[in-house]
Amino acid sequence: MANGVLVLAELADGAPAPITAELVGAAQRLNAGPVSAMLIGSGVEGAAARITGVETVYVVDNPALAEYTNDAYTQAAVAAAQQAEPAVILLGQTDTGRDLAPALAYKLNTAAAMDTIALEMKDGRLHTTRPAYGGNARAVNSFAAAPAVATVRPKSQDAVEGGSAGRVVKVDFAAGAVRSHVTARTVASSEGVRLEDADVVVTGGRGLGGPEGFQGIEELAHLLGGAVGASRAVADLGWRPVAEQVGLTGKVVSPTIYIAVAVSGASQHMAGCSGSKNIIAINKDPEANIFKAARFGIVGDYKTVLPALIAAVKKAKAGA
Amino acid sequence: MHIVVCVKQVPDWDIPPASFKVDEAAKKVVPPPGVAPVPSQFDAIAVEAAMRIKDAAADTKVTIMSLGAASARDVIKHGLAMGGDEGVLLVDDAFNDLDSTGTATVLSSAIKKLGDVGLVLTGRQAVDWDLGVTGTLIAEMLGAPVITFAKSVTVAGGKVTVERVLPDAFETVEAPLPAVVTVSNELGEPRYPKLQQIMAAARKQVNQWGAADLGLDAAALAPRLTLERLFVPVTDTKVEIMEGDTPEEQADALVRRLQEAKLI
Ligand SMILES: Cc1cc2nc3c(=O)[nH]c(=O)nc-3n(C[C@H](O)[C@H](O)[C@H](O)COP(=O)(O)OP(=O)(O)OC[C@H]3O[C@@H](n4cnc5c(N)ncnc54)[C@H](O)[C@@H]3O)c2cc1C
Ligand SMILES: Cc1cc2nc3c(=O)[nH]c(=O)nc-3n(C[C@H](O)[C@H](O)[C@H](O)COP(=O)(O)OP(=O)(O)OC[C@H]3O[C@@H](n4cnc5c(N)ncnc54)[C@H](O)[C@@H]3O)c2cc1C
Repeated sequence: MANGVLVLAELADGAPAPITAELVGAAQRLNAGPVSAMLIGSGVEGAAARITGVETVYVVDNPALAEYTNDAYTQAAVAAAQQAEPAVILLGQTDTGRDLAPALAYKLNTAAAMDTIALEMKDGRLHTTRPAYGGNARAVNSFAAAPAVATVRPKSQDAVEGGSAGRVVKVDFAAGAVRSHVTARTVASSEGVRLEDADVVVTGGRGLGGPEGFQGIEELAHLLGGAVGASRAVADLGWRPVAEQVGLTGKVVSPTIYIAVAVSGASQHMAGCSGSKNIIAINKDPEANIFKAARFGIVGDYKTVLPALIAAVKKAKAGA
Repeated sequence: MHIVVCVKQVPDWDIPPASFKVDEAAKKVVPPPGVAPVPSQFDAIAVEAAMRIKDAAADTKVTIMSLGAASARDVIKHGLAMGGDEGVLLVDDAFNDLDSTGTATVLSSAIKKLGDVGLVLTGRQAVDWDLGVTGTLIAEMLGAPVITFAKSVTVAGGKVTVERVLPDAFETVEAPLPAVVTVSNELGEPRYPKLQQIMAAARKQVNQWGAADLGLDAAALAPRLTLERLFVPVTDTKVEIMEGDTPEEQADALVRRLQEAKLI
């Protein structure tokens, strides 16, 4: 009988990425039997001991898994799932999870609920809540097929850190046909604090009028020890790199302070920042949607407000 | 080569959040009066990707395919005005309220019926449900490889080459044809049809197929996911607007509040 929850562990620089502990936390809170993890890659077995809060870590370690491909990773995840026989499989709504979950679900004769933000067991079945319509609506789904596969939005779940490491089980795996191949890969370099991890994020929108408008944004972010974010409009216009995009199709951030400057606050943008503890909006339009989600706001032209804010922060820092 | 582009008709997403309404009993979105549905944003960009391939290789045939209500003919016509050659409209009462697996089953069955398709393009996600699964499911059902989040798509020598956009990286990925590629906004703006092209599109062929034409019955379309509830979340944040006669006063007020709240 299928039982328990299997989560896909992801690594960053050889250690469990934050999403891994978030998935373990979500899995434990489901109270749906033993929690286990699957760890997929090449030369990753050593990291298995660092995944905590799980009973078992199913490791699929194979040279064919050195680079992510949909084919090879789907085969590996199917192999791990068949060995673990879980009732629920959770993945992060990350590059990997987005790409892998629908294929994995299909191969297991089930379906994937994507980008979920709340999960609960009701009458023994997983119910998931996810934003739909660009964040304007919430949809609650239940599963008519098993196992239930869901991806979980980063930062939507409290992480469980610590606890004991799981028993390591190596999964027998022989890679089948891998049809797609990565021929080149460039990693976007970012200086300073990583956007997803930053405690302060200062985001600029299309209202800045051009890439020059970001000088003040960078200065304020630097002063507050934070990272720079961008709306999609800005990334699409090429003013800032895609790596800085916050939102439904960009990154999810949940800093203590999120300062949105000349950002209208479209629902798809808010999908990436609504988990922030304090949203501060600077916009010349008092009706802008961003003010509906903000705790503090300044109505005004960024050209005068931003320099004044930078000066005020400098003054406060000097006084402290 | 024959390319199929899957285009979904969706409610216009570019409306003020305040006019977004849901009929909770019907579990459906109620579009504001007078606002017509549109092609899903990424799907128009997928049509653009197909047209760029056709620009480079004139012997390319592009079919625009949509599953939906009879009104979905409009989004097919839009794709034809952008330069598509033919349309396939999939309408049937049996196709109402399908889940993603059902949606992909209908689309992949129609693609199989066309027979000679080398490349299927979809959007990275539909702008209404945002699931981002249909392209991958079509690939699974066709037994073809899938490459997601394309910023460019080129075809040569029986292979498709895709630049993928990831939050922290760009990748170049190759796969043999036939293949499925899902397209992201970084590919660029879709071309704007000229009046002449819109008139020409009116004369292009659109085939309409239902469940029987595709040999599909209710069992083949049985849902795997059930929609229990659809609602608009309530937010109760109340913004505190900084008062002041000058930007300096407003900025000082903000910093003071942030200090009081022990945020800086
Ligand atoms: C499926 C889908 C996914 C999407 N994903 C994302 C996503 O991940 N991230 C994202 O950000 N967007 C996303 N979008 C786009 C989103 O809908 C908006 O179009 C986008 O966020 C708008 O960016 P913006 O706020 O910078 O620009 P605009 O909406 O143009 O807003 C500019 C704002 O600047 C203000 N302004 C102008 N001049 C000044 C000035 N001098 N001083 C102060 N304020 C000024 C204006 O009042 C306005 O509010 C997505 C859309 C779709 C359909
Ligand atoms: C339980 C459940 C119940 C649902 N009930 C309803 C309902 O009552 N009414 C309703 O309207 N929707 C309903 N949906 C949503 C419907 O199932 C989705 O539209 C479908 O699953 C496709 O997912 P998506 O729209 O997120 O597309 P994605 O997977 O995000 O789409 C990716 C791409 O696939 C292509 N594509 C997707 N759909 C089509 C299409 N119809 N025609 C052509 N190309 C397409 C497009 O290129 C698109 O960019 C329901 C969904 C669930 C999970």
